[in-house]
Amino acid sequence: MKEGKLVGRSVARREDPRLLSGRGRFVDDIALPGMLHAQFVRSTVAHGEIASVDLSAVRHVPGVVAAFTADDLELGDITAQLGRPLSEYVPTAMPVLARDKVRYVGEPVAIVVARDAYAAEDGLEAAKVSYTTLPPVTSEEAALAPGAPLVHDEAARNTLVDVSLFATDGIDEIFASAPCVVHVESRTGRQNALPLETRGVVAHWDDREEQLVVQTCTQVPHQVRTVASRSLRLDERAVRVVVPDMGGGFGQKCVVGREEIAAAAAALRLRRPVKWIEDRKDALSASFLAREQHYQVRAAFGADGRILGLDADVVCDMGAYSCYPFTAGIEPLMASAEMPGVYKVPAYRVRGRAITTNKAPTAPYRGVSRPQYVMVVERLFERAARELGLDPVEIRRRNVITDFPYTGVNHITYDPGSYLESLNLCERLVQDEGWYEKQAAAAAEGRHLGIGYACFSERTGYGSTAFAQRKMQVVPGFDISEVRMDTSGAVTVTTGTMSHGQSHETTMAQIVADELGLDIAKVRLHQGDTDRITYGWGTFASRSITVGGSAVRLAAAKLGDKLRAIAAARWGIDADEVELTDGAARRRDDTSEVLTYEDIADIAYLRAHLLPKDIEPGLAATATFDVFTDGTFSNATHGVVVELHQGTGQVEILRYVCVEDCGVAINPQVVEGQCRGGIAQGIAGALFEQVTYDDMGEPSATSFMDYKVPTAHEIPDVLIHHLETPSAFTETGAKGAGEGGTIGAPAAVLNAVNDALRPTGVELDHTPVTPETVHRALNLEAAS
Amino acid sequence: MTDTTAPAQREVQLITLDVNGEQHEVITEPRRTLVDVLRHELRLTGTHVGCEHGICGACTVLVDDRPVRACLMFAAQAEGARIRTVESLSEGDQLGDLQQAFSTHHGLQCGFCTPGFLMLAEGFLAERPEATKEEIREVVAANLCRCTGYQTIVEAIDGCAQARRRACASRCDSKESDVCS
Amino acid sequence: MKPAPFRYHRAPDVDGATRLLAELGDDAKVIAGGQSLVAMMNFRLARPRHLVDIAGIRELGRLHRDADGGLRIGALTTHHTVETDPTGVLGTGFAVLRDAMGWIGHLPIRTRGTVGGSIAHADATAEWCLLAVVLGAEFVARGPRGERRIPVADFFLGYYTTALAPDELLIEIVFPRPAPHAALTEFAERRGDFALVAAAVDLDIEEGTVRGGRVALGGVAAAVVRVPEAEAVLAGGGSFDDCASAAAAAVEPPADASGSTHYRKELVRTLVRRACEEAKSR
Repeated sequence: MKEGKLVGRSVARREDPRLLSGRGRFVDDIALPGMLHAQFVRSTVAHGEIASVDLSAVRHVPGVVAAFTADDLELGDITAQLGRPLSEYVPTAMPVLARDKVRYVGEPVAIVVARDAYAAEDGLEAAKVSYTTLPPVTSEEAALAPGAPLVHDEAARNTLVDVSLFATDGIDEIFASAPCVVHVESRTGRQNALPLETRGVVAHWDDREEQLVVQTCTQVPHQVRTVASRSLRLDERAVRVVVPDMGGGFGQKCVVGREEIAAAAAALRLRRPVKWIEDRKDALSASFLAREQHYQVRAAFGADGRILGLDADVVCDMGAYSCYPFTAGIEPLMASAEMPGVYKVPAYRVRGRAITTNKAPTAPYRGVSRPQYVMVVERLFERAARELGLDPVEIRRRNVITDFPYTGVNHITYDPGSYLESLNLCERLVQDEGWYEKQAAAAAEGRHLGIGYACFSERTGYGSTAFAQRKMQVVPGFDISEVRMDTSGAVTVTTGTMSHGQSHETTMAQIVADELGLDIAKVRLHQGDTDRITYGWGTFASRSITVGGSAVRLAAAKLGDKLRAIAAARWGIDADEVELTDGAARRRDDTSEVLTYEDIADIAYLRAHLLPKDIEPGLAATATFDVFTDGTFSNATHGVVVELHQGTGQVEILRYVCVEDCGVAINPQVVEGQCRGGIAQGIAGALFEQVTYDDMGEPSATSFMDYKVPTAHEIPDVLIHHLETPSAFTETGAKGAGEGGTIGAPAAVLNAVNDALRPTGVELDHTPVTPETVHRALNLEAAS
Repeated sequence: MTDTTAPAQREVQLITLDVNGEQHEVITEPRRTLVDVLRHELRLTGTHVGCEHGICGACTVLVDDRPVRACLMFAAQAEGARIRTVESLSEGDQLGDLQQAFSTHHGLQCGFCTPGFLMLAEGFLAERPEATKEEIREVVAANLCRCTGYQTIVEAIDGCAQARRRACASRCDSKESDVCS
Repeated sequence: MKPAPFRYHRAPDVDGATRLLAELGDDAKVIAGGQSLVAMMNFRLARPRHLVDIAGIRELGRLHRDADGGLRIGALTTHHTVETDPTGVLGTGFAVLRDAMGWIGHLPIRTRGTVGGSIAHADATAEWCLLAVVLGAEFVARGPRGERRIPVADFFLGYYTTALAPDELLIEIVFPRPAPHAALTEFAERRGDFALVAAAVDLDIEEGTVRGGRVALGGVAAAVVRVPEAEAVLAGGGSFDDCASAAAAAVEPPADASGSTHYRKELVRTLVRRACEEAKSR
């Protein structure tokens, strides 16, 4: 990488002025002439056949303009595919509106379109839907029980994915003869990614362009376009997806939503703009959820604390449907492939399953399985340390990968990282603040302080190769960028990624400004418009800076080549003799010879006759980037100090330290923001948030009273230290930074809680850890 | 006379709202919340809707200088009150000091919750300019943010409060003003 | 989450309000700050056909001490006004009220929410209900049949139910005497939420010695309750620990998703002890 002027600096965010002034444009801010408002009639039963849908009364409610069932709209289903045999993956169709059967409480059955959102809701109350109810499947045990009711007839034993991988030769013997075998069983609560902005869409038919324009808040605009065109049977050209400002996504918006397709279909049918804004009740109970998994994992250790093997069984409760494009395989395949993580694990066996239940479907959520398996593996190390009488940090030191590149038992090759360095530094930061002494002093007073760590890495920059290994039939990976300069020397960068809080308008501009030697104020990022770029894969899996940022840099470099070539031709010298700085091309041998970008653009566009024959008019360049290796791994160690309160069981986080390494940090302040926000979400999963279902499949959380998103009172300040091991694979040396915080926090918090519980002999392995659970553990002796 | 009949649907009434110093006359159903009227009738879309049950605080505005949830108030109830929204914080392109502090401290990412936090802080600091960082954290706990982990929001508000106090102190020192207390 | 249609009526004064309520009957609901009601209406869990807005009735916003040293709080006084006590009327005698306000939701709820609204809503964990019970408040209500005073013991009847008639308006809450050694505390998983359990105590202290006191609990029954068993311990010179244990033993809180009966009883023990200690240290 060449010496950067802006990359590596906490440049002020380009997004901020409009967002701070209330002049952002979120989807609900859009108003089009004649716009109508949609809401959905949703299933009130968890499992049932639809006996009848009667919308006649709905259509007579004042303000209601139309109401449609699945039959009225005749939409194609959304079906996510994996190229695996039926024994490993069962594809299931998700109809845009439920047709014959409903599979969860909240499933959309009909769409009501009215003059405003109030009248639309009045309309919902007039809908008459009758069901022949079926027994609901609301837990893993119920789903896998012999003779269980089937959520999808084609999925026997309610199993959508069942893969057994790796199975190192001799693994049973290793476990049989190991000096120490520890076991962890862990269940993680069903969570909601919970962007503060709920999902929403405004769709309208543009007669002049002969296009259905779908303005929707999605992380994956091109995938929405593909699904919309297929479901509505339009040429893909006839669908334009445009993404306004987005109020977060965290994965919930990286899958295609049925409601955005249904609203688009209604707009097409009515030839009027239709807006749908998901309300919070629906967002909590009927949107895409995440995270509910069950692990049973054994680990074998030598007497010296070296891990000998890992044997895992993972069951992921995906709810009622497989999401598009990732499929129900996303969680079990992620967990199965990546579980050995930062450790040198010589033997490994895993069975990963996705099951379907009568609960709201799931989408990938920040971290995707990694918060869970990291938590399980880190619990295994803590448990082994206890059994072997080793310090919990020391046992990790003996096992983390230190020689890179390292090819693991899971056939993944890890690029260089700072696993050991981050672990040592994190421990030292906790030590230097005196927490071990404070812990001892507290214990003497009968208080319960605990210290916990989590050491992990995170694969970022998944390329097409890596996704193809999962056998996805819709294979994300590459990204495209176009960089163009206008006659004023200003640059528009177009990317296929889609920032929804990650500051790409700033960080991508930093990359381009450096590459072209240009004032960042002259660079503007354009994203989220399928008409502006051939294809793109959007923003998820910490891919935007690694893949999208690389494509952006390559495109900028190509444009730079052209700027140099034009200048060189004017001067009659080699392009190598030209450098680009401060908004101009300069002769290396005589820097007083200058052609500003305006000068060059003037030639390229307005006086093209001056161009040499081999240079085409115009100043634009397109580049694609893909990763053909196993990707690049960010890493971090988190250290947490908690106090458990005897009288209430409350877990108070006293200190949180994060040592992270995401390679070159394009904008350190932005990276820190990603870390802190990710950690907050990880803490939320560890201690607060959960959606449960009763036996009838009724969700527990329909409001923020029941779904406890933590506030500033619960989330601690986080001390962050950066290490920098640049990636060799990305154009900027950056690794992904979007998910690490969420991945490390549950493990570190849970280890700290268990450290504090050490005197009680109780160990807690399920999340969320509630105050009642902690209170029970702390007061066992008193109770007995 | 009182009309005691049950309302027909879509029955409307005329209300007058004082928003950011401007008077607006709105014909609307009484059931429309203040936030919906601000956003969809007055097209002041800077105030956001996050939960419609008073927990997330994305819709926080000032009513008679105090931060309130605009989703827990019908527009009709706001007649006669002075309402301020995020749109009042900047003049033209010039960000106010509180907004600038949010940018400096990276107190926003997606920006959806931000107007609510800004108005919460604006109302709170006006009442308690001497607020400590711990008091600020307690007030920040009123609203939800899913992106930042809150730390930088607290730091931004605290930074703004400190700067205002410094500016106030120096004005007092220079006897330019006697409004500082 | 948009409310069902309703007709909006602004009451000019108390008599106007009660007249409206009498005319409109069961279809009407009073709205003051609306911090509970509007949320319920947005969920369509409440769907009154008429709303009677009393927020403009100035006479209900007074907060003052009466000649007997008692405190009279107009029903429309906001939690925030009590919290900030701009006229200093609370003094040390009613500091417990001021300090308890921090437990009510968050600042933007307290700026709109009213004392009378909270009490009329009668949530079993509401801070004002606890304060009223533990401090022996009286309620002044006015209706078409005139004005009456209702002692707290006769007021809270069960889940969200009070002795107020449908056409009666709660106009004033009277705390009869200062309570310099009282405290309220509570526990919720998340700051600002409705309490799992809340406890309030008002101690009688003479020359540094506890002679007796009142103990009230929220979140353990359909309404806020006094706990005579715990009060007997205080009157008998027992320790705060014994008082807390007596309180925990005396109640049988129903279990729900946020806590088992056992856990809630344990919270009672913790919180009663904590409230006693805080009250004594005042």
